[in-house]
Amino acid sequence: MTTKRIKLCELAVGDLAEVCTLLNRRAIRRRLQDLGLVEDTVVECIGKSPGGGMSAYLIRGAVIALRDEDAALVLVTPQETGGAQWD
Amino acid sequence: MGLTASSVGSRAIDSHSMLRRNPNERVIALAGNPNVGKSTIFNALTGMHQHTGNWAGKTVTNAAGRFHTKQNDYLLVDIPGTYSLFAHSPEEEVARNFICFGEVDAVVIVCDASRIERNLHLVLQIIECGIPVVVCVNLMDEARRKKISLDLDLLSKRLGVPVVGSVAKKKRTLKHLCEALDTAIGTKQTPSKAPIPYPDVIERALAIPEEILDSMPIGNLESRWLALRLLDCDCSLRKELKAYLGSTVLDDNRLAAALAEAHEILSEHAVNREVLQDLLVSSALAETKKICRDAVVCKDSSYSKLDRRLDWIFTGKRTAYPIMLLLLAFIFWLTVSASNVPSEWLSKGGFWLLEKLAIALRAIDTPIWLQGILIDGILRVPIWVISVMLPPMAIFFPLFTLLEDAGYLPRVAYNLDRPFHRCNACGKQALTMCMGFGCNAAGVVGCRIIDSPRERLLAILTNSFVPCNGRFPALIAVLTMFCIGVSGGMLSSLSSAFLLTLLILFAVLITFAATKLLSVSLLKGEASSFTLELPSFRAPQVGKVLVRSIFDRTVFVLGRAIAVAVPAGLAIWLLANVTVGDVTLLSHAASFLDPLARPMGLDGVILLAFILGFPANEIVIPLMLMAYQSNGVLTEIPSLATTKELLVANGWTWTTAVCVLVFFLFHWPCSTTLLTIKKETGSLKWTLVAAILPTLIGATMCIIFTAIVNFMA
Repeated sequence: MTTKRIKLCELAVGDLAEVCTLLNRRAIRRRLQDLGLVEDTVVECIGKSPGGGMSAYLIRGAVIALRDEDAALVLVTPQETGGAQWD
Repeated sequence: MGLTASSVGSRAIDSHSMLRRNPNERVIALAGNPNVGKSTIFNALTGMHQHTGNWAGKTVTNAAGRFHTKQNDYLLVDIPGTYSLFAHSPEEEVARNFICFGEVDAVVIVCDASRIERNLHLVLQIIECGIPVVVCVNLMDEARRKKISLDLDLLSKRLGVPVVGSVAKKKRTLKHLCEALDTAIGTKQTPSKAPIPYPDVIERALAIPEEILDSMPIGNLESRWLALRLLDCDCSLRKELKAYLGSTVLDDNRLAAALAEAHEILSEHAVNREVLQDLLVSSALAETKKICRDAVVCKDSSYSKLDRRLDWIFTGKRTAYPIMLLLLAFIFWLTVSASNVPSEWLSKGGFWLLEKLAIALRAIDTPIWLQGILIDGILRVPIWVISVMLPPMAIFFPLFTLLEDAGYLPRVAYNLDRPFHRCNACGKQALTMCMGFGCNAAGVVGCRIIDSPRERLLAILTNSFVPCNGRFPALIAVLTMFCIGVSGGMLSSLSSAFLLTLLILFAVLITFAATKLLSVSLLKGEASSFTLELPSFRAPQVGKVLVRSIFDRTVFVLGRAIAVAVPAGLAIWLLANVTVGDVTLLSHAASFLDPLARPMGLDGVILLAFILGFPANEIVIPLMLMAYQSNGVLTEIPSLATTKELLVANGWTWTTAVCVLVFFLFHWPCSTTLLTIKKETGSLKWTLVAAILPTLIGATMCIIFTAIVNFMA
């Protein structure tokens, strides 16, 4: 596993990554946490909106679409291979 | 901002104490994440027909219904879906307040079997409030298909509350839920006091105010939960707490001292507010993981291959937009082509009846004026409304509901987010826009799913820019008569559908423009964050959809149209038959409006019909025809061909037709919609803006178009 950190919105379709931190912006922070984006959660980018500006992520069993500017507040560590969502 | 807490609907909740009919009735809240089938369970238990849809934020108002088991009478309150009790939107606040302060006897928490771990977060939060809880794991069939196996007994043991499985579509599977509820109420079990263990430092800090609260009058609240919330200082919650507890508790000196001491312990360990929140959430999520270990076994990812493939098509870069357009055009084509024949039957049948009635009335020597009022005034317009409206609605509503049920609408919002984002608006506006196709008033109510007040207002004010079902038949009729020809046949219906789709695209484009205009003028602001759940695709329950959408939506909308058609018909008959100085009132009114209407490419009669059609857009065309007819041109059964003749005889050209189409799309919303806007925004100012903005845009477009045509000619 690499220790490189990138923004969630930088994931390509099919990429898996582990959440490291949420950057500090109060209003959205809790909302993202409620969606399951907390440390150690594995997420997968499963699609980009055809119009752009939004991507869909598989987070704890649900598919959630986030605007890229919101997803940029989540720092993740990309994973090399596809691990199971439920371990 | 115009949006006040009282205008966004906690009223239904406030009145629940009045709802409680007898002291033996138990109040049960039905909670759960969005999209777990809550409404289906609600309907199955109460026998009510709340509309269900496959997207987040379906329940925008709180429905309450009753049901009985062997032991108890229950009042079940369906509250909006929420991911957690930390409220972000007014809708979630309603959910939280009702669970925490609603004095409910128990909460049934519905979970999606294929996403149980994420759903347990809410379950733990509610258990922490100290309210009796029954967990209902719904959609067991879907989980089985996805090869997810669940050990409900183990889950129940670990959570310390009853856990039952269900398949909400199959009513008998809810038997277990009823039994569990009876037991939970009977034994008055309260769940474990500390369902979520927190890190040591939080537990130590927490214990200090908790001890003080234990000796205070805090109603039904759990002291541990209350201590946590006070440490966390959730602002919106503080207001509610003050209302619930009164100021004596919150302003108590001992409590303040205890909280200060607790905060000191936290800050010694560098736990500031942010860190505290992180720890609270991550502790809860760690606990859900622990609970699910071995109890939930999932072979594949819960996002199935089928969903993946469907999303690849419906949200793919190349396919998403063509499919969206084709679906829209297909729905219109089916609506146009399949409603022609029944429309004709209905109008033939209706006018045949009318004729027989006229003969009967003459036979019993009814006064002429009464015959006129009854036949030409009161009865004719409703018959027109039924024959023009019923078939397209009975086709359009079910088709639309099928898409909604299957889970397609959130994909539309996902595909269309970019333009809404550009307009600094919320992507969910795409959903409320889609609801507007059915009925603008429903679309306006639906805007409650939008969290930010500014973005909600944008969506409310621009909702009537997309034509509702009441306007489709009129648009189709005008399009067919003047742009395609009245010969009929497959080609004609295809081109009607195509033109209508173009017209809708135009309306959507203007919606974007108006949203942008508002967001740089009256409603300036940045776009707030936007998250959208894309639910699994589900095979819609076709039979149920057909029955429910026809009976609930169609009959309701049609009923309203007829209710206003009767007085409007009477009014126009009176206008046409009461004369002042040799000229009918209708002619007076029409010629009074004529100078106003001419520059817009319309005439006085058309404008009058739009004004009289304020209660319901469905009656505009029938009113127009009736006004033209009262000048004594035609009395036969109106077919499209004869109608066109009538219109042309009254000076209609294709320019008139285009202007009527444009004005149909953009003029004041109907009275129901405006009343709803008034209720939702609580402000006369915004209601006026909602009426004036589309009228201005429509009138301007008509004037410019007419001027250009005149200039060219």
